[in-house]
Amino acid sequence: MSEPQTPLGPARFDGIARIEALPARGMITLRGDLGQSPLRGAVHRALGVEPGGPGTIVEAGGGGAVAWMAPDEVLLFLPGAEAAPVLAEMRDVLADAPHLLADVSDARALFRVSGPGARDVLAKLAPVDFAPDVFPTGSFRRTRLAQVPAAIWLGGDGAFGVMCFRSVARYAFDLLGTAAAPGGEVGYY
Amino acid sequence: MLSLRCPYCGVEAEETELAPGGEAHLVRQGPGSSDEDFETYLFLRENPKGVHFERWRHAHGCGKWFHAARCTVTLEVFGTYSAQVSAPPEDILAAIDARRPGWRREGPR
Repeated sequence: MSEPQTPLGPARFDGIARIEALPARGMITLRGDLGQSPLRGAVHRALGVEPGGPGTIVEAGGGGAVAWMAPDEVLLFLPGAEAAPVLAEMRDVLADAPHLLADVSDARALFRVSGPGARDVLAKLAPVDFAPDVFPTGSFRRTRLAQVPAAIWLGGDGAFGVMCFRSVARYAFDLLGTAAAPGGEVGYY
Repeated sequence: MLSLRCPYCGVEAEETELAPGGEAHLVRQGPGSSDEDFETYLFLRENPKGVHFERWRHAHGCGKWFHAARCTVTLEVFGTYSAQVSAPPEDILAAIDARRPGWRREGPR
């Protein structure tokens, strides 16, 4: 089998925040009526947690998480890189319930933005209020990062996760690096 | 700067995250309609100075369409509401009444 490759490899930038490209992870999109028990059950089977409400990400053990993408869509981050076995288990639980289930592990690039300047760095690039009381731990927001669509969330470890489409991974990484360049402190948050 | 609250996400999305969809609550004229009705449906739009109902899409967010009621003069937003309706809901109309008394008499909608 071929090894999954991330678009940038182990890229890293240190400035007023640390920007890291994350290793490959299994990602699964599930669409359908999220109020239905088969759909919630399938997520629970995969990760051991149920999806949260609008604008949230619920973390599971081992680095897994489920993020609210839209009223009818969630994105599962798996603890490991292998999505196929989890996908098969979820299919069993979903059975006849109307749904769309897809392995999208290769579709997106993941970054981690950490450090005291992380909120300022992201606020330079996205039209989002990153104040700690507005964007607390567990928040998940789909938005744009300068010119490309992206999603940003705040994990339990205090670091931000950033996700964009794979094709714009280099743009997003360079962009985050530029915003985090030494001397670019804002000191707002 | 125009910012609208997406009724699905609950987030305050500003203009660059949204895609405009034009006038809301158009009545579709399909096969069998008269040429005049079809022309009206396809080409003719209100261009009011004041209260306007619009369609917007939360393009850089959840991707869903929704409705917004706002004032074209002041950019004041009276409210946003679900796309699954064919007329503005009562609470939106009441919010407009409170801010623009008598707006319903100003012209045909």
